[in-house]
Amino acid sequence: MAAERAASFTNRSIKNTAKLEGYKLALSMLDLTTLEGKDSSEKARSLARKALCPDPTNPSLPTVAAVCVYPAMVSAVKAELARASSTHKIKIASVATGFPSGQFPLDVKLADVRDAIEAGADEIDMVINRGSFLSGDHASVADEIRAVKEVCVSASHPVALKVILETGELETLDNVRIASDLSIRAMAEVDDQDHAATRRRHAAGYFDFIKTSTGKVTPAATMPVTLVMLEAIRDWYLDTGRFVGMKPAGGIRTAKQSLHYLVMVNETLGHLTGDGACPWLTPELFRFGASTLTNDILRQIRWLQTGKYQSAHDFSEA
Amino acid sequence: MTDTQLAHTNGSTTLDRNGSTADHIAPPGVRWNYAAAPETVKVTIEPRYGHYINGDWTKPNSTFTTENPATQKPLSEISNASAAQVDTAVKAARAALGPWSKLPAKERAKYIFRIARRIQERSRELAILETMDSGKPIKESRDVDIPLVAQHFFYHAGWADKLAYAFPGATPSPIGVCGQIIPWNFPLLMAAWKLAPALACGNTCVLKPAETTPLTALRLAEICHEVGLPKGVVNIITGDGRTGAAMASHPGFDKLAFTGSTEVGKKIALAAASRGTKLTLELGGKSPHIIFDDASIDQAVEGIIQGIYFNQGEVCCAGSRLFVQENILDQVVAKLKIRLASLRVGDPMDKNTDVGAVNSKAQLDQINRYIALGQSEGAQIHDVNPSTLPSSGYWCRPCFFTGVQPSHTIAREEIFGPVLSILSFRTPEEAISRANNTPYGLAAGIWTDKGSKIFEIARKLKAGVVWCNTYNKFDPSSPFGGFKESGFGREGGVQGLRAYVNLH
Repeated sequence: MAAERAASFTNRSIKNTAKLEGYKLALSMLDLTTLEGKDSSEKARSLARKALCPDPTNPSLPTVAAVCVYPAMVSAVKAELARASSTHKIKIASVATGFPSGQFPLDVKLADVRDAIEAGADEIDMVINRGSFLSGDHASVADEIRAVKEVCVSASHPVALKVILETGELETLDNVRIASDLSIRAMAEVDDQDHAATRRRHAAGYFDFIKTSTGKVTPAATMPVTLVMLEAIRDWYLDTGRFVGMKPAGGIRTAKQSLHYLVMVNETLGHLTGDGACPWLTPELFRFGASTLTNDILRQIRWLQTGKYQSAHDFSEA
Repeated sequence: MTDTQLAHTNGSTTLDRNGSTADHIAPPGVRWNYAAAPETVKVTIEPRYGHYINGDWTKPNSTFTTENPATQKPLSEISNASAAQVDTAVKAARAALGPWSKLPAKERAKYIFRIARRIQERSRELAILETMDSGKPIKESRDVDIPLVAQHFFYHAGWADKLAYAFPGATPSPIGVCGQIIPWNFPLLMAAWKLAPALACGNTCVLKPAETTPLTALRLAEICHEVGLPKGVVNIITGDGRTGAAMASHPGFDKLAFTGSTEVGKKIALAAASRGTKLTLELGGKSPHIIFDDASIDQAVEGIIQGIYFNQGEVCCAGSRLFVQENILDQVVAKLKIRLASLRVGDPMDKNTDVGAVNSKAQLDQINRYIALGQSEGAQIHDVNPSTLPSSGYWCRPCFFTGVQPSHTIAREEIFGPVLSILSFRTPEEAISRANNTPYGLAAGIWTDKGSKIFEIARKLKAGVVWCNTYNKFDPSSPFGGFKESGFGREGGVQGLRAYVNLH
């Protein structure tokens, strides 16, 4: 039924104004990502420029939400974003905790997180210990999340945490739901230690996320998996009134796919507050982890605005 | 209880719900409204239609109007078949029977395959026409009705030359001339359910679509003509209840097949019994849908929605009596409300519409009568869908009742609309006895993640179809039909063929 429900979102017919709004929304929710062994400072700067101005011919478009890199690339991104002439809200997300496998001792993982934050990361994308999770040792998975979250809240600037479940390795939707629930709870337990600080972070737009995948494992994000995670987020909101963000990552390459995900968010979390305005249809609470998606969205927007399809080479690489 | 659910129920206990409101800040929400997405293809509809008898169209006579229930605008003038015209149709079918039944089976199959392919080729036109005439959303006619219609013809075409193997130890032969009367909720699909097995088994047919939804059946007559089906093999006549009565009392039928209300079904059974005409009936239902506390709740809520709001609830096997285990009742109701609020009710031609128009004024009146009755008998209505209903047309906002007792009218009688009655139960025994406490027995649904429980409960439910962890799934290879006052005989699968053959 989860797969069926997820498929039903792909049947929505999003046209005209709704389509343009959707594409702009998706663009503003992008975590523009490069996570390669061959990444260079130059590549990081290039990504930062692309984030600031996705399409130079259309400056009215929103900037992306964040640039997502390895800890070693954070300072290069930070320097480039600081050079921007205009004020912007682009965040720097850094994967950490022994990304992507998470097979490292805890002190190494925490040092990884500290380094990323000191270099200027606003968001930490951590991986859970799938080995512990699959062996049934959920407690140690939660312990690690709390430990990482404590490093985040003790930073001198606000830092949000994203917990990557690596759902491709968890395999079943039951596992996805359990991992979602335990991650959300573990993060909230640390938040509870200082409500004032949590409140300040949220007021500044720093919310914690659960995230599907590293992008290094197949399958990465899928719609049924994302649906189950959104349901966990919804139930957490219904139980506690608290907001947790969602980030599907990996495998979302086309603008059309991004609309399918937005429809899913709209129809799963859009009727909770009563007035039809959905807090999750914002970059504060929903992100796409992607790289090739950006230019397809730009291409579709240009088609909507000019009636012409342009070649891929008409849009700059990141 | 599943792990998923454990994790969820434990979730609320870890943190104090009222501990602090300090961190419950949300970003300003965004409202994303879908722009109108109407199906824009236009189909041609003749101003007047006659009957399709003996491979030819009769001159339109004594017509009545078929309208679009979403707009109340007239679509076409439809002829009312007189007793004499019924007789002409029966004679045409009788004359065609000999050559058709003696045709080599693989030749019969070719015709049925051709019909199936032609339906696929004209599927968009048929879907649009179905939506205009019936009020069901284009999403459903396009993705459910018409594909299933084609599947039914394909499936039965495959049986035509394999009938000798369908009934081991017995030799099948055609029954003869079949009179088939079908309802308005799935107009073309019901025509397919009736015609495909009848033709595959070598019978000839006189089919009458419902008074309010004749257009797709008339298109099907066109398709039969296009593919060169020998004249008289399929005759399609239109009309109201009087035409149906004329068919039921006509002595020329070897078999009658009826899908529709139990009330009319009983009359047809009387008429058929007095002459020994073979008969199959697929009638009403008040199907129980049982949710155990070890079910995946979110999946079950999807099933509930599918079960009662699919096709505006105008489904004979709709899961209209929901039984929820007491300890999860509040949770299920809360989630159902959220999901119900997300349904898009309105213009059936809009591709994003989930719930369309009720088929007729008479049907809407009946639904509204039951809604009023539910409230006056003391059940609580939950009318939480925010859709704005169009000003013309026949509309009912999908809703549900809680606090329903088994003795309430809305828990006993078939409403045939988007209205769900929610009851609770404490133990499996109670669920079974409450579920079976009905004169009907068409379908049932069970939701639990525990396999052994599924087999145990399914065995004890008196219903023709039991869906487990799903609802309203149809397939031509799967037999469908009821117990008790929901009728007898099966449609679909090898069991469905049995209703169209004599065995020797």
